[in-house]
Amino acid sequence: AGDPAITEMQPWNQMLGDGVDANPYGKPSHYEAHVKRRSVEWLTADPVSSVNFTPLHELDGIITPNGLAFERHHGGIADVDPAKHRLMINGLVDKPLVFTMQDIMRFPRENRVYFLECAANSGMEWRGAQLNGCQFTHGMIHNVMYTGVPLRYILEEAGVKTNGKWIMPEGADASGMTRSIPIEKALDDCLVAFKMNGEALRPEQGYPLRLVVPGWEGNMWVKWLRRIEVGDQPWHHREETSKYTDLMENGKARRFTWEMDCKSVITNPSPQAPILHTKGHTVLTGVAWSGRGTIPRVDVTLDGGKNWHQARMDGPSLDKSMHRFYFEFDWDGSPLLLQSRAHDSTGYVQPTKAQLREIRGVNSIYHNNAIQTWYVNEKGIAENVEIS
Amino acid sequence: MAYTLADQFIVDMPAPLREAVAVAPANAEEPKDATARVMAAKFSLGREATTDEVAAWDIDVRPDGQGLPPGSGDVMTGEELYVDNCAMCHGDFGEAVGRWPVLAGGQGTLTNDRPVKTIGSYWPYLSTVFDYVHRAMPFGNAQSLSDDDVYAITAYLLYLNDLVDDDFELSNENFTEVRMPNEENFYPDDRAEIELTAFTGDVCMENCKDAVDITGRAAVVDVTPDDAAARKRREEAAAAAEGTAAPTEVAAAETAPAAPAAPAADDAAGGDAELVAAGEKVFRKCKACHAVGEGASNKVGPHLNGLDGRTVGGVDGFKYSGTFTDAQANGMVWNDETLSAFLANPKTYMKGTKMSFAGLKKQDDIDAVIAYINAEGKE
Repeated sequence: AGDPAITEMQPWNQMLGDGVDANPYGKPSHYEAHVKRRSVEWLTADPVSSVNFTPLHELDGIITPNGLAFERHHGGIADVDPAKHRLMINGLVDKPLVFTMQDIMRFPRENRVYFLECAANSGMEWRGAQLNGCQFTHGMIHNVMYTGVPLRYILEEAGVKTNGKWIMPEGADASGMTRSIPIEKALDDCLVAFKMNGEALRPEQGYPLRLVVPGWEGNMWVKWLRRIEVGDQPWHHREETSKYTDLMENGKARRFTWEMDCKSVITNPSPQAPILHTKGHTVLTGVAWSGRGTIPRVDVTLDGGKNWHQARMDGPSLDKSMHRFYFEFDWDGSPLLLQSRAHDSTGYVQPTKAQLREIRGVNSIYHNNAIQTWYVNEKGIAENVEIS
Repeated sequence: MAYTLADQFIVDMPAPLREAVAVAPANAEEPKDATARVMAAKFSLGREATTDEVAAWDIDVRPDGQGLPPGSGDVMTGEELYVDNCAMCHGDFGEAVGRWPVLAGGQGTLTNDRPVKTIGSYWPYLSTVFDYVHRAMPFGNAQSLSDDDVYAITAYLLYLNDLVDDDFELSNENFTEVRMPNEENFYPDDRAEIELTAFTGDVCMENCKDAVDITGRAAVVDVTPDDAAARKRREEAAAAAEGTAAPTEVAAAETAPAAPAAPAADDAAGGDAELVAAGEKVFRKCKACHAVGEGASNKVGPHLNGLDGRTVGGVDGFKYSGTFTDAQANGMVWNDETLSAFLANPKTYMKGTKMSFAGLKKQDDIDAVIAYINAEGKE
């Protein structure tokens, strides 16, 4: 008598597996085939200009694997030949310059871990609980290590004129993505990156070159970066006027809302990741991040906010990077109302949905960083809910 | 960060950090002297851009008119161009097809429960319209319009939004005289003043509220995509944890579809791999509007599965133009010959077609794309 997983010989105990080179570029176990980016078909008109979502509930630690980093493009994935890729710096500079990829690789490099969050992450939840799964409610985010050249080195090669107050990065894809970024940010911590998690950028993340704008909305991290113009005014292009502006209840709209507010979500348990055991010791975990610094603290509640507990932070705590938290507890098998509340290094505390709606209404689409609630029933099944 | 607007365009900023040498490393401990050494250096990398190179890429336009090319276009010309290039996604009157962007109307709705944000109701600057159409439209054939075409389409979009009369002509001369109605209703990020202080402070940890009620549930809305495979994995894991047998019932969505009939071994359509591969590249021009292959469905244009031998206008549920409906009634069929003629010059061959595509100039491209469509869409 006993567990057949032990008492019976399994095929892999006996037979030889594949040799080396069976998968020259390795991939996950086929038992993990369900771990993938997923889209919401009704959200956009066409998959060529659309978004999919990182499966946060299947991940741990703080690094997003390259193949699972959510995608957002506006004209499909550009298939750029790196030998034909150029980066041009023009506008208010002493000398307009052109760089090849080879030239870029000759600048000093830095390695930095940053989260990239779409400003519309959780945007479908403004009016109420809508999507069942943190992949869909919070999955427009990824966190990888970039290798790249500080943008200031490249700008200084061209020599920014004293009236150069703004830059406009531009993509080489069919959407010709453009955004306006103040020169202070450009000279502070922006990178021109060519690697993510050690390997070349994935095509869907801007291969061969993308801009990294730490802590600021993902739309500004222009992919397939081919040009940076320096100017004395912002350009007010499509993605900073008709999109990525925050419409308030009074009909007026905030613009240039660049920084991503402090935010967190419990990834397990969650609707796509129910509790699979009966009562007993269980591990709750989640992620938190802030565009303004680090996350020294996350609070967790099991009873819908009556009582809160400090979660245990684990893993590297890096500026403008994702942070991992855990809360281990004995589940008594009764229903739970789970929430997490992040504090960032500026002292800001993640607001409730009610607090945010009071200031912003529900029409703004972008920058929803409110506290998320999961209801877990006595069977361990989790659901996206809102509570009083 | 508290940036303030000096006027509607110019944002007043602290002085640039150009002279800064001791910028703190973003998120790692690093010796400052190493950073300073690098900062002080110039690397003499890259080469000077030529005037022609800058001109080729520098097409951006600003609200003050900087970047506008010389040119002009009127509403009537714009209407023709719009119908040919834009209406299939954005609708004849800018009302939009499906979930493509609505371009006209919506004035006075910004405080509504469901605001309609269009060029006329929301966009602050006309230059944004010109710049975006010029750089990214038509979808799937970017930067194919002439400067005059873009002026004309921009003029027509103003007309669709009741902002100009039908005899209006837009040019680089009068461009900045046009002001958009919603320009004044944008203001800079004020979260630092309004929110950061409000959301900072001590938090309650114990006995924070008496009662908690569930006020909304995503399950009621029921718009989450199903994932049968992941659910099955969870059920198996749960079953294993309970020591019971894994459920044998497989979710319906996971059941494999009936196997298609095996293609004949000497299938000629799939034979020329090189031609098909070349056709796949050509097809990029088509795929903004057409899908082909397993599971392809209608987009702006009908799906192209089983196109070879299909009756013209023969996809159920797709709304064809009159010329296609007529051809269908006459029993016209798509084959290499008809397709080839259509793709060479769609508007001449099928006068009145909704397809805005200008046509493929090279016969090689036509042959390749037909081979690709036939191989990919074989039923």
